[in-house]
Amino acid sequence: MSSEIDDAEEAVRVRFTVNGRKVACEVAPRDTLVDCLRNALELTGTHAGCEMGACGACLVQLDGRAVHGCLMFAVQADGARIDTIEGLSESGAIADLQAEFHRRNALQCGFCTPGMLINAHELLSRLTEPSRAAIRDALSGNFCRCTGYEAIVDAIAAVADARAAKASQEGSPG
Amino acid sequence: MNALTSLDRPNSYIGRSVPRPNAKRLLAGRGRYVTDIRLPRMLHAAFLRSPYAHARIISIDVDAARALAGVHLVATGADIARICAPWTGTLDHFKGMTSEPQLPLPLDRVVWAGQAVVAVVAESRALAEDALELISIGYEELPAVVDLDAARQPGTPRVNPSGTSNICFRTQLDSGGVDEAFASAAHVVEEEFSFGRHTPVTLEPRAIVADYDAESGSLTVHHATQTPYQFQDLYARHYGIPEARVRVIAPDIGGSFGMKLHVYHEDMAVVGLSILLARPVKYVADRIESFVSDIHARDHHVRARMAVDVEGKILAMDIHDATAIGAFSTYPRTSVVEGNQVVRLIGAPYDFKSYRAVLEVVFQNKVQTSQYRAVGHPIACAVTERMVDLAASQVGIDPFTMRARNVIADNAYPTASPTGYKFEALSHEICLQRLRGIMDYDALRTEQAELRQRGIHRGIGIATFVEITNPSPAFYGVGGARISSQDGATLSLTPSGEVRCAISVTEQGQGTEAIIGQIVADQLGVAQDHVKVITGDTEVTPHGGATWACRGAGIGGETALQAARRLKANILEIAGLILQEQPSALDIIDGQVVGVATGQLRLPVAEIARIAYFRSDTLPPGTQAQLTVSHHFAPQGYPFAFTNGIQGCYLEVDVHTGFIKLLKHYVVEDCGRIINPMLVDEQLRGGVVQGLGAALFEECRYGETGQLLNGSLADYLVPMAMEMPDIIIDHVETPTADTILGAKGCGEAGTAAASACVLNAVNDALAPLAASINAIPITPARVLKALGRY
Repeated sequence: MSSEIDDAEEAVRVRFTVNGRKVACEVAPRDTLVDCLRNALELTGTHAGCEMGACGACLVQLDGRAVHGCLMFAVQADGARIDTIEGLSESGAIADLQAEFHRRNALQCGFCTPGMLINAHELLSRLTEPSRAAIRDALSGNFCRCTGYEAIVDAIAAVADARAAKASQEGSPG
Repeated sequence: MNALTSLDRPNSYIGRSVPRPNAKRLLAGRGRYVTDIRLPRMLHAAFLRSPYAHARIISIDVDAARALAGVHLVATGADIARICAPWTGTLDHFKGMTSEPQLPLPLDRVVWAGQAVVAVVAESRALAEDALELISIGYEELPAVVDLDAARQPGTPRVNPSGTSNICFRTQLDSGGVDEAFASAAHVVEEEFSFGRHTPVTLEPRAIVADYDAESGSLTVHHATQTPYQFQDLYARHYGIPEARVRVIAPDIGGSFGMKLHVYHEDMAVVGLSILLARPVKYVADRIESFVSDIHARDHHVRARMAVDVEGKILAMDIHDATAIGAFSTYPRTSVVEGNQVVRLIGAPYDFKSYRAVLEVVFQNKVQTSQYRAVGHPIACAVTERMVDLAASQVGIDPFTMRARNVIADNAYPTASPTGYKFEALSHEICLQRLRGIMDYDALRTEQAELRQRGIHRGIGIATFVEITNPSPAFYGVGGARISSQDGATLSLTPSGEVRCAISVTEQGQGTEAIIGQIVADQLGVAQDHVKVITGDTEVTPHGGATWACRGAGIGGETALQAARRLKANILEIAGLILQEQPSALDIIDGQVVGVATGQLRLPVAEIARIAYFRSDTLPPGTQAQLTVSHHFAPQGYPFAFTNGIQGCYLEVDVHTGFIKLLKHYVVEDCGRIINPMLVDEQLRGGVVQGLGAALFEECRYGETGQLLNGSLADYLVPMAMEMPDIIIDHVETPTADTILGAKGCGEAGTAAASACVLNAVNDALAPLAASINAIPITPARVLKALGRY
């Protein structure tokens, strides 16, 4: 039998823009994007829950759209712009969502939370005033085992309202 | 005019909805779960698992795997058995129970499909999995016992060939008078129930990093668990390491629900692998591994009879519960607690005398079952509440009326259930009234009747429950388990006048750290953001039971309260010396020592700390300031603090597709003193949703050969946002007099009654169609079958 390190482990160099910074890292061709982010780049805020695209814990933004980090090989993301929970937190892009989740305790163990926030962020960028049903529908790809979802729906609805109120204030003449 | 309440006093945090201070980290992706931990020189373990539910191991060939570059160790059962003492999942107070001794990896026989057989430790998880493919194991398949009923048949193959039967444990309760009550009853109702096996599904899978330092002979384990102290004891004893050299750290935990407090073979193996290699070894279960190796729960068949008089008064219940647990009993809490609680909790809300139950706990070739959130409660509640509805229907009275006639009266306490559970004070009657109000029950009935005319089938279900919380040593200690029912806290005033509280209750997201901080700040008289709470590290906090069975608030909270009062007394003693006052004339408000009589500010607490730590020379000779206190609290008085409540459910059944739409859920709950109303509500909501999952979706489905058929998150359905209703919550507060704080638990309450409510509501919807359901999960196929359409 072979005693060489597996060919599957042979490293490939990939380059991304992660949270606004250009990075290059060595990955095995079989490494998923979530593994690369968590291991090579030490961005452990993105979580692996099911590794089959069912639970939504691994959602990150890839070129501005939410994608499952577990369903994509790191090499496939070569050249892409990736934003993770860490970057979105530091930029303040989701500060209102985070504050509302905190205020309403829309998280318990917190393992699903980064994926929830990324999904909520995308939802509110598409729909300014989603109904509760639309929010629940949008969260259908995010498992939460702790909260029962209601506080999450409440938090997203409250942020949508606040953003809409702010927009109408800013947009109103005089 | 608004009266001032206790919440208007400064630092009055008990009873206040304060957000959790530790949640901000998690929201920013800055949690630190065991899954995230990476230590220098850390290696990764993977396990080759049995494809058979029952087989003899004939041969194991690991040569090729050992030769793969990057592989550090390939270990079989025999390799780890040399350093690990076996364990047996029995407790003395379950008389006559049996279970086979267990080792991390088996020596010669596998007993469930998915059991870990060989471990590989390599540079990466992927390499370790590559090596697994190079291992060949020869098996001789043995007859597998898969079905619960089959396991109980005489002549069935035995799960353990050395045993005389497949029975793990059998017990019987009989309060007397049952046969006479049935003979004289106006009505007798009977039903058989079946409850699907399900599994907790934490979003973070089980994870462990074991780090053995050969030079110092010490072991550090970063373990995603609720119970670090229990594991410190187990690792010390089974690997022969002095307890003080074993440190277990439970950092952020991605959900547990009871699942992460049991001994798992892989976790024990990882500790052994680290000892063999003297390097850190990490193992994280992947999702498929979670499904085949995390505990399952709730696999029960129950036969129930209830006798009632002409007015609908319950006279007697007669129960037979058979439950299948896997091939052995789980360690160290066993697999019989669930069944034991089922037979003891049935009928618990109701005032009747004659009760008889038989419990049979049987082995089968599936993964072990054990305690999962609301242990036994959902089954006891579903059986009881369905029987109550069946009886109400026989008598011809409304479900609310039936319950009002039968619940133990609020003025009847203290009292006991027919099974011997002692109740200090419950509030069924007022809860029942409140539920009727928040549901707007009469309006719902009117709406239901109108919609039925239009072929829309809605159902209303209610379920009363009793919950076990704050367990004393009667739960595990008396059975010989080294599982503490007390907790300990070390509270320090820092030199800057802030407070540090290291406490043995643990945090898995329910808000333990938040409520402990609230209690300490409230009792000491300081701002909550000046209190830092530290949990989950055996090296840092005193030994204690940690968080399970709803003991965090009731027992942990009381520990913190008493510790804070002691520290406050010590602070005021020094303040008295400095101010030349009697300590009893002083108080602390908002971090300031004040005069009790005048309310006048005298001295900041920070100044006392400064003097005590840096200028002790200015204190009177002989003064030794004690600004750190360690305090333990063990529950005394009632063996358990029972709580109670009632839930309601409104749903719609599509009789063409069998789909059930949950419209609204209601909870009235009494957990005693509420420390943080928001966190209690969120515990209830989360608990309800886990119960709704059990009611409608969740079941571990097995094929005839004992293979789990739906072991992925695409196939095993858990509740999602779209299917879940909004949940309306109300509270009654009946504090326990056993503690100063008066808090009881609330974590199981939601799960306890949610599935019973749904079962009753679905049956209510189907009643005009002469169809009924007696099994959960209530899948569309089951609904259509009941309707004769499938």
